[in-house]
Amino acid sequence: MLCEKCHERPATVHYTEIVNGHKAITHLCEVCAGQVQTGEFGFIPQINLPKILASLLSQSPSKQSFVTQTRQETSCPKCGTTESLFTQKGLLGCGDCYRHFEERLGPLMRRIHGSSSHAGKVPERTGGRAKVIKQIKEMKENLKQAVAREEFEQAAQLRDEIRELEQRLSGGENNEH
Amino acid sequence: MSIKETINSAKSGWMAGGGPEGDILLSSRVRVARNLKGYAFPHLLELEKAEQVIYAVQLALENQVLKDQANELEITRMSELSPLERQILVEKHLISPNLLTEYQKKALALRDDEVISIMINEEDHLRIQCLLPGLQLEKAWTLVNQIDDALEHTLDYAFSEDFGYLTACPTNVGTGMRASVMLHLPGLVMVDQVGAVLATISKLGFTVRGLYGEGTEALGNLFQLSNQVTLGHSEEEIINSLNSVTRQILTQERQARKALLHQRKDQLEDKVGRSYGLLKYAHMISSEEAMRRLSDVRLGVELQLITGPTSEQLTELMVMTRSSYLMHQREGKLNSMQLDVLRARTISTKLNQGG
Ligand SMILES: [Zn+2]
Ligand SMILES: [Zn+2]
Repeated sequence: MLCEKCHERPATVHYTEIVNGHKAITHLCEVCAGQVQTGEFGFIPQINLPKILASLLSQSPSKQSFVTQTRQETSCPKCGTTESLFTQKGLLGCGDCYRHFEERLGPLMRRIHGSSSHAGKVPERTGGRAKVIKQIKEMKENLKQAVAREEFEQAAQLRDEIRELEQRLSGGENNEH
Repeated sequence: MSIKETINSAKSGWMAGGGPEGDILLSSRVRVARNLKGYAFPHLLELEKAEQVIYAVQLALENQVLKDQANELEITRMSELSPLERQILVEKHLISPNLLTEYQKKALALRDDEVISIMINEEDHLRIQCLLPGLQLEKAWTLVNQIDDALEHTLDYAFSEDFGYLTACPTNVGTGMRASVMLHLPGLVMVDQVGAVLATISKLGFTVRGLYGEGTEALGNLFQLSNQVTLGHSEEEIINSLNSVTRQILTQERQARKALLHQRKDQLEDKVGRSYGLLKYAHMISSEEAMRRLSDVRLGVELQLITGPTSEQLTELMVMTRSSYLMHQREGKLNSMQLDVLRARTISTKLNQGG
């Protein structure tokens, strides 16, 4: 058996990755394995990635695969990445791809991450709206807890603050509630 | 220490040892992926634009806030290094093999203690990484977070409200964060429980990685545990859950070691002693056997069954005796027999001078 990475030397080492109880094995030669052997396997994730992505995409339950779901193949207006290019490489081309392929990426995200919305850090300077949205989310959680504890005065204050933030978010132009 | 000095020394910061839980936990690593707004991701980036990204990061690194927090990070373009020097950076885990291809587009910013590094134009524009000895995930995240904040003073990141930090591969999107620990689990392997423990953990949203030789044992009994999911949880949640799962494994490994000491002390001492003797006096040794024996001796040292080498020395030997590292020490091709001889000599020299 030849090494799956360099396809030059015989594979003597078997790199194993266990995800969700499933084992994926990559067969490597001693030299390629040396790159991941000790200290930090750190950089290996890319090896199995295309395999994993491909299997995720082809597992799409209702409508076969990511690619055949589309009637006609579109490409990102900014970088030209097409869906088939994406499935082939496992890489998107630019930040705009996320907007362009949003409909298709949503389900893929839920499949990979079990979620399709960010709950982590927001950039301090350019986070803008996202920062406010995150703040509102946290305050709504606090509001719920305040109500549960029957601290109505605090709840009322929180509700006012949330409303104010929400207005700021919509820029005051359309106040839908 | 300059990048050239870094390349010439075999030791890395994370090997210094002495980290919390260092008897079982070799290292903690946190890295985040970031991309700049308005630029295609690196695999589609033209040379000229790639240089613009490197330059933008270079300017951002000169920011005083960042200098105060992280000391200076020295930036090196891959094109400034020889192929051999680049390869050694890979061996030392300071860059990924990705930085070797299309190296003209890529750069590395490194703090001189090698604890903090930033790969530029790898799969993403920035991969900010912190590597610390022992179990120090929170500290690693804090450091990465500070540098990320400081860089964001100057750099506009590609970020979306829904998907978070946008990354070339959707498996990294959201926090863009991958946290991992490297565990040495000879006890669990010997009591034959490692498979069950790791399979359980892999179902809790973590990825377990190991390297296996012809046998069924993982090489050097080393396993890496990392978060599988980057979207839908905050960085702190991810770090906390990895921390708690790691602590559970530590407890189980300690129990296994204790059980071995009580029930199979003679066999254990015999195994450790044989491996130590073999490493000290063998004339030829394969990398697979070296890893296995070094793991035995490391366990022996930690359980105070033998004295002499330190855990750090053994970790260092695990890095030094890899074929690729030895090959580069000689700057040429050696056949596998010559490599086995060189490997045995490297190990015995180190161990016999130590004690
Ligand atoms: Zn290979
Ligand atoms: Zn695009």
